[in-house]
Order: sequence, then structure tokens, then C-alpha cells
Amino acid sequence: MARKFVKALGFGAALATSLALAPTAFAKDWKTVVIGMEGAYEPWNLTDSSGKIVGFEVDLVNDLCKRAGFECKIIAQDWDGMIPGLKAGKFDVIMDGMSITDERKKEIDFSKPYAVSPGAFLALKDSPLAKATGAGTLINLDKDAAAGDAAIKSVQAALKGKTLGVQVSTTHSNFASQYLKGVADVKEYKTADDRDLDLKSGRIDASLDDYTVVAATGSKPDAKDLAIVGPKFIGGMFGAGTGMGIRKSDADLTAKFDKALAEAIADGSVKKYSEQWFKLDIAPQS
Amino acid sequence: MGDLAIFGFGEGGWGLALLQGAAMTLLVSACGLLIGAAIGGLVAWARLSGKLFAGAIGQAYAALFRGLPELLIVYFVYFGTSTLLTETANALGREGFVGVPSFAAGALAVGVISGAYQAEVFRAAYLAISRGELEAAVSVGMNRALSFRRIIAPQVLRFALPGLGNLWQVALKDSSLISVTGLTELMRISQVGAGSTHRPFAFYLGGAALYLVMTLATTRFFDVAEARATRGMRRATG
Amino acid sequence: MDFDFITKTFVRLLAALPLTLSVWFLSVVLGGLIAAGVTWMRVSGLKPFELFARAYVLVFRGTPLLIQLFVVYYGLASLPAVRASIIWPFLRDAFNCAVLSLALCTAGYQTEIFRGALLAVPHGQVEAARACGMSRLLMFRRIIFPIALRHGLPAYSTEMISMVKSTALVSLVTLWDVMSIALKIRNDTLVTYLPLILAGAIYFVVNYIIGAGFLALERRLSPHLRPRPS
Repeated sequence: MARKFVKALGFGAALATSLALAPTAFAKDWKTVVIGMEGAYEPWNLTDSSGKIVGFEVDLVNDLCKRAGFECKIIAQDWDGMIPGLKAGKFDVIMDGMSITDERKKEIDFSKPYAVSPGAFLALKDSPLAKATGAGTLINLDKDAAAGDAAIKSVQAALKGKTLGVQVSTTHSNFASQYLKGVADVKEYKTADDRDLDLKSGRIDASLDDYTVVAATGSKPDAKDLAIVGPKFIGGMFGAGTGMGIRKSDADLTAKFDKALAEAIADGSVKKYSEQWFKLDIAPQS
Repeated sequence: MGDLAIFGFGEGGWGLALLQGAAMTLLVSACGLLIGAAIGGLVAWARLSGKLFAGAIGQAYAALFRGLPELLIVYFVYFGTSTLLTETANALGREGFVGVPSFAAGALAVGVISGAYQAEVFRAAYLAISRGELEAAVSVGMNRALSFRRIIAPQVLRFALPGLGNLWQVALKDSSLISVTGLTELMRISQVGAGSTHRPFAFYLGGAALYLVMTLATTRFFDVAEARATRGMRRATG
Repeated sequence: MDFDFITKTFVRLLAALPLTLSVWFLSVVLGGLIAAGVTWMRVSGLKPFELFARAYVLVFRGTPLLIQLFVVYYGLASLPAVRASIIWPFLRDAFNCAVLSLALCTAGYQTEIFRGALLAVPHGQVEAARACGMSRLLMFRRIIFPIALRHGLPAYSTEMISMVKSTALVSLVTLWDVMSIALKIRNDTLVTYLPLILAGAIYFVVNYIIGAGFLALERRLSPHLRPRPS
């Protein structure tokens, strides 16, 4: 019996070691590109009951990879491990509703934007946010600083003493910690799903996330009392659109995706996927 | 969908995903336990060797990995193994990145933690072997390899089984922490399902029930193994 | 070596230590109270109580703490019945949920420790106490409790340390404990190891102090086991 056990031990150790040393990424000759997505950022990407990741970005990236002539493999990765995972080589591309910001550009490269979508608040229909300055309008913090300041001030007033939920390490959490620290109780969640659960149960009074995401949450049957309220923000801290994150050392991959993306935008494919998943067109205009 | 239908196996049912998660949990826990056995064996051997330096290293390992939160160790191993492997590969001349799958990182994390406790179990088991038998092996002319194979290992196993059974349960529960690395084991599937369907109570309770079933079923296995291994052994308790 | 960064990180982590310690302390105390009740049920001799106690221990030791935490934090909050009840103001707060969940879990383990400690009291002593005419309460106070305390301390110390490590999980339900601050610093600055190493050092020191404290307590309570002064 001991013999069998020792044999099993040896086999197990060998198995474990070989699993550990199996290399997963071959750089430079792009035959297969590994894409990292959360699978928990509906409708950009979500996990269905069979465990498969589906969504706007899945359709888009399969399209782009076909154009660029390589195979795409999608793996799930938690949001807060996205950039470290990319740099460590777990995958080659981040495609997870990631906004292009100067801060992130210091660490990684971005493709050209494949979507432009503002940040928006989701809260109860009668929330004070509904009456904030600029409620319902789109405010570009880059182009219209004055309106931006006014809107931010009134958002601060509306959320004073209330609880706001954001996802960690997003442009929205940066906005919240910059402008709402000390004003509102800002709670950070690992996933957008967790935050939405707390919004529904009433633990938090409002959530701030991408417009498409809050719209999708608000359209579900169990969110009857919730609505998109307050101003919508783009530019400034919110970034200049959503792009694919790629390692700085893989400039050739970035170029390949940029080329494929330009084609997809030109022939309306991005618009098609966008309308299919978001019910509106958030394709970049250029 | 109805409350129980989401657990079903039909269209939109998460039953299959949950079972696959449970299978992954069992697999990663088992690999973790085996890695832990290897590490634990090494550390126990270091502590029993009588050499001061080896003993100190062994004790330091055990103290370190028993004093740190398991969640921290999971994160550390998860972030660390890729970087380590990449830098090693680069140093050896291999271009590019070497990725470590989250299964391997997860099993390694569970193994590293388990090893610290298994070392103690193995050490106690070794010390429980009657000195007379070890002396007899030497006097009969057995070399070290033979006496290890025929005398020490079988008896260490017998004495260690109760402790190992307990550590298996611990490994099963520690594997739930690997969910933070994204590995699709049971905790992760419960989380994804809860978020996706907005039914956290059903999914987390269901996941907990599956863990309980796994614990009970595998404990039976260890009990049977223990009964077989210790037959004929006289012990203080019944 | 960026000492400025190291110091700043360390200070930020230390600032979160009070939260970690308060979660630990409250959950251990609450868990101890629950465990006292469950242990009493377990040794009561009444079948239904015994079965409940056994089931309680089985469930809370047989399932991962993480899933228990999520059931209490996310699961309960999603039930309309809970949201409408009087305990909702309590459960609404993440800190309360975390303490409650950790307490329920440690109660399962503490029950087993208490039970083992009680079983270790030599029956002869109990018989002698009865023969002396001691009431049950007096017997518990003067005979059973002191002996059981001594027997249970080593295992209890291990459980206390285990609980400190378990507090790291509350980082997953929006509480800003040492673990979550370390991860946040890691995310914001992309410095991978340093925050985790510093956080690990803090946890290690806390566990060492607790372990040493319990060891000192054990030695104080066992003067008869100490070596004779020469």
C-alpha cells in the first residue's frame, strides 16, 4: 500500500510540475493571440451558464482576429489583475472596457479606441442626483471645463453623506476618490456584479460606471426602481474612449489590431455589434 | 427562471457549470495536497536530520507559512510564479514571456500552505515509530534506502493518515481562495453565477452545499483508508 | 531602495491594522459566546440539542469561510424578507456582516475545542466533586473550568491565530483592512511585491505576539508542569 502511495506521490509531483512549466504564450510569431477579459462586465463581456464568455467585445475581437489573420483565445481574468497579468505574459491583449488614460499609457500601449462611452450614475429614481446640474446631459471634461466644474460641484452636493459604489482601479473609482472622498462614503468592489448586488439591496445609494453597463443593469426586471440619473461624463479622468491594452514591447501586434479596427469601423461592423449588445451606437466616429 | 431551474442542466441552467467547478476544486486540492506532501516531506526531513542549518530552515519555513494569511500567500504565489518563471527563462536565454496557468499557481499556493502543516504531521509520525524497529533494520544490514522503503515510509503513512485527512479538508477549503486568481473552481463559479443571475443566496448556499457534500464524501474515503492502514495496530484510543 | 515609498506604504498599512484587529476581537468574542451555547447543547444529553450542535459544527467547519462570508453579506441582503426585517439595519453595514460571519465560523471550531477540553477533565475529579456535595455550578466553576481551560489553551491559541488570518478575507466584502489596502496600493502603483511583503510582515508580527501571549498564559496556568527550581 505504501508503494502505491509513493508511486502516486511521485506521479502527482511530476504532473504538478509539468503543469507548472507548460508555457502558454509564444511572442513574436502571432499565430494565436490570448485575450484577457473579465467575463463579468455585461454587456461588454459576460459569462453565460455554460461557462463561455460572450458579449460585445467577444464578437468584436473574433471579427478583428479574422481580419488580422490569427486565432484568438479568450481567457477570464479579474479586473484588478488585468495590467499585471498582461505585463506578466498571462495574455497578450486586455479587452475589458478599459478606458485609454495617460496614467495607464505609462505602463502599457493602447490600440486606437473601438468604443466611446461616457460614465454615468445609477441610483433610485428619486435620488438627489436626478436634480443635479447637467442631469441627463453629456459633459466633456476636456472640452468644457466650466460646465464640468459646475456639474461636479452639484454631484458632490447631491451625494453628500450618501454611499457610492464603484469598481476598483477604474477611471470611475479614480473620479470618486478625487472628487468624492470625504463627501460621500465610496465603496470599492472587485467586480461590477458585486456592486450591483449591493445597489439592489440598498447597501449603496448610487453606482458610477460606464453608461452602457449601468444601462444594462437598469434594464433588468429586478431594477424597476433604479434609473440613470445625473450628468454623464466623458474626457478628463474618464479617458478618451475604450481601447485594447497591449504590452509596449508588442508594437507590431498593436499595429495589426489598429489596421483591422480601422477596417471594422469603416465598414460598419463595430456599429453593428454595438447596436446588437448596447442597443445604441458607441463606435468611434473617425 | 424558477429557483431550482437555474441549478438544472437544461438551457440556461448552471448545474453543469457548478459540477465542473466542484471537479476543478477536487483536482486542484488534490494536486495541492500532493505538492504539500512533497514539501512537507522535505521540511520534516530537514528538521529531523539533526543538522542545525537544515533544521533552522525547516522551522523557518513552517513558522512563515503558518503565520501568514492564506489569502496573502495565494496572491503572492499567483503574482510571483509568473514573474519568477519569466525572469528565469529570460536568464536562460529563452525569449519572451512564460506564463503560469492559474491552476498551477493555485495548486502551488495550496501546496505551499499545506506543506507547512504536513511537515509537522510527518515529523510527529516519524517520531512515533518505535526506535527498536529502526535499530533492528540497521542491525539486519539494511541500507538507508531499503529501510526507508520497507520500514519508515509505511509506518509514517499509518501514523500520518488521521492528520492528513484533516489537512485534506483544510486544502479543500483553502482552494476556495484560489477563486481570486480567476480559476474556475466551485467558489468562482458560484460567484459568477450569483453575479450573472443576481441570485447570490441561491448560488452561494448551493456552492456551500456542494462543498459540504465533497467534504463528507472524501472524509469517508480517508476513514476507510485509515481503517485499512491501521488494522492490527494497538493504539490508546479505540 | 525607495525608502520613502516603503515608509509611506508601511504607515498606510498600519493605519488599517485597527480595523483588522477590531474585526478579529469582536468576532472571536462573539464566536466564543455562540460556541459556549453550542457546546452546552452538545454535552447536554438532550438528543435534539445534540443533533443541532453536531450539524452546526459540521456545516461551519465543512464549508469554506469565504462562501459563508458571501452568504451572509450578499446572500442575506438579496432576500426581501431580510431587507424588511428588523435586523436589516444591522446587516446593511459591511463591518457587522463580516464580524457575524467570522463569529459563526469560529464558533464551530471553538465548540470542538471546548468539547475536547471538557472531555479531558479526569472523571475522578468530577466524581470527587460530587461526593463532596458540590453543586453543579460550583463544580463547573472550581473544578471543570480551570482544568478544561488548561487543556484547551494550545488549541485555542491556534484558533486565535487562524482567525487573524481569516480577517484577510473581509477585504473581499468592501472592508478596508490591511490586506485590502495592500492590494489597493499594488493596483494603484503596480509595485507587485512590496505592499504584500509589508502586509505579510504585519500579520506575522501580530500572530507572533498572540502566540507568545497564549504561551505565557499556558505557563502561568501550569505551575505544576514547570521544572523544579534548582
